Amino acid sequence: MKHRFHFNFFWLAALALLLVVSLPVFAQSSNAASVGSALRRIFSAHDYNTRVVMSGTGLLGIACGVVGAFMVLRKKALFGDAVSHATLPGIALAFLLAVAMGGTGKNMPILLLGAGLAGLLGMTVILVIRNSTRLPEDAILGIVLSVFFGAGIALLGVAQRVNTASAAGLETFIYGKTASMLGEDGRRIAWCATALLGICALLFKEFRALCFDAEFARTQGWPVRSLDALMMGMVVVTTVIGLQAVGLILVIALLIIPPSAARFWTEDLRALVLLAAAIGALSGVLGSGVSATFPDLPAGGVIVLVAAAIFLLSFIFGRSRGLMVRAAARVRLERRVNRQNALRAMYEVSEQQPEHQPIPESALRAVRYWPGVQLRRALRRLAREDLAREVLDGWVLTADGREEARKMVRNHRLWELYLIHHADVAPSHVDRDADVIEHVLGQKMVADLEALLAESSPKPPVPVSPHPIAAATRGGAS
Amino acid sequence: MMLPWKMSAQEPGPEHSPHAPVSIHDVTVAYHQKPVLWDVDLDLPESKLVGVIGPNGAGKSTLIKAILELVPRASGEVKFYGGSLRRHRALVGYVPQRESVDWDFPVSALDVVTMGLYRRIGWFRHIRHRHLREAMNALARVGMDSYARRQISQLSGGQQQRIFLARALAQDARIYFMDEPFAGVDVTTEQIIINLLRELRDAGCTVVVVHHDLQTVPEYFDHVIMLNTRVVAAGPTSDVFTRENLLKTYGGRLTLLEEAAQAVAMTAKH
Repeated sequence: MKHRFHFNFFWLAALALLLVVSLPVFAQSSNAASVGSALRRIFSAHDYNTRVVMSGTGLLGIACGVVGAFMVLRKKALFGDAVSHATLPGIALAFLLAVAMGGTGKNMPILLLGAGLAGLLGMTVILVIRNSTRLPEDAILGIVLSVFFGAGIALLGVAQRVNTASAAGLETFIYGKTASMLGEDGRRIAWCATALLGICALLFKEFRALCFDAEFARTQGWPVRSLDALMMGMVVVTTVIGLQAVGLILVIALLIIPPSAARFWTEDLRALVLLAAAIGALSGVLGSGVSATFPDLPAGGVIVLVAAAIFLLSFIFGRSRGLMVRAAARVRLERRVNRQNALRAMYEVSEQQPEHQPIPESALRAVRYWPGVQLRRALRRLAREDLAREVLDGWVLTADGREEARKMVRNHRLWELYLIHHADVAPSHVDRDADVIEHVLGQKMVADLEALLAESSPKPPVPVSPHPIAAATRGGAS
Repeated sequence: MMLPWKMSAQEPGPEHSPHAPVSIHDVTVAYHQKPVLWDVDLDLPESKLVGVIGPNGAGKSTLIKAILELVPRASGEVKFYGGSLRRHRALVGYVPQRESVDWDFPVSALDVVTMGLYRRIGWFRHIRHRHLREAMNALARVGMDSYARRQISQLSGGQQQRIFLARALAQDARIYFMDEPFAGVDVTTEQIIINLLRELRDAGCTVVVVHHDLQTVPEYFDHVIMLNTRVVAAGPTSDVFTRENLLKTYGGRLTLLEEAAQAVAMTAKH
């Protein structure tokens, strides 16, 4: 039950996000209902048009976050970039066609349809070249991106010659211009975002299997190529609805950055998709809001900068893979290794001398190299754990400390022997930290190793080190 | 001494049984015009552990992929119980090489194993609690149930391999294809895997395993396919796993020859 709840929770949350963000584009312009007025307070200081723009770009952010998450995990990020550039000739051609048929050419649905068709054509060209040649994929993407974009620039020139006045606005598709976004544009984005979210919810498990292990998905009988095509088609749709707001050059940022930022926070795909949607929405709403507040600040750029700021914060503070978490993990590892080294060094020194005789620090330094104050720090930490005590002329292990050190030395020596006698096994499987060595090596192997050790040792509780202790001194982690 | 072209020329191919789990009829596979598998023509026996051995680049993985239609075949055909793969898809389980996927992917061990059930769950349908229970059972069979919630990159190589195996178990197949499941795993994992493979065989499954460690071949496999672009020998291990066949398969690779000699000595003892 718990898991079904989980599944629904993520998609319901995504849907709720979508609804909240889309309210302004569906609210009536001036005399909005109570929900509208509540939202107006949130988005206060802005008029209806600004709200529509913020809502529209927020919805775009949701669509981009959701679709982008799968795109990035399928390792197709640059594919998205190529496809978005490939839309430009479609826009110019659609304009020319509309003019030829006697309109002004500034019919948004027709222009976007042209963009979508050109994007799909670019996608098909990439697939055809990839399946029929041995060119590396990045080269293919580069070719398609630049050729389509070049063709688009050339066609834009033609469009300007044909009808200078109304063709002037076409360039805004390259960098995006939110000011021109109307309620109907916002609603179009809302419907597209809903459809994309719905497809992802329905095909979530198929997409997950495809992104993780396409070959396995094929042996299961899933039509991998069609699923891939669908996913890339969704990227094209996202690009097309993003043209107006952020433009075809920057839309890729909204596809890649939110899922990449979300990856620092979670190890679960559903949470990743939801989080990417939220980050995309936040980037869109904040970015277009800021851009509307300050004159001459283009929305596309600001939206990307907001997304980048969120990425930076995630990169540093991300709970799952952020810089801080990793740094903390590294410090913990260093401490653990040092603690082990200190315990082992004390044990090995105490083996060579009468029991309970204090061990001077110089003796520990003779056994192993300790940079700077590392040894003192490790010893003080042992004292805090009651494993060791400082006495007049050195340190002694407490009873607990002896026991702990004995276990550690035994493990270490068994592992060393294992490496020496089973060199054919990949060394990466040696786990020095394993509390119970038997769990990794199996009872029989450990018994064999202990027998091997017993042969060379007169008194068995801890096997004698397989190498002379003094010889290992300068080897660092021997 | 037979001349090489005489050896590869098929004497009018062996009789194929319509009841064999897998019948491979003259399969040839080429990558970029260069053939990597020639005229493989054999039946896989029912409820046996079958090892596929041969030097690097001999086409061991390619053979499995050609059977599963993951790589295009230049010629030939593969039948499952006399029918097509499409018809018998549910009978086939697959364990790819561990390196073939990105283990940094944001899924848990349980998520991966559940993928083995997707086919049975069907299009558009959600994963139900009973599916997760089934996946947990598969995890328990490889001793990984206590790691179900771990993100897969936090597992060791051997544990990752066991996750892949559990996913195949969840498929509940009759014929399993495994690509180097013993490569680079720890001793515990190796034991768990081989015990499981024997369990599967005893339950009537056919298990085909690409294997690289010649020393364990006589101990692990009932049947071997010795491959070097073409099939050098195939049959019960006690019949075909001989020094002569190993020499033919591995050619002049000296270190391997030594291993082979040891392995042959072991067969003699068995």
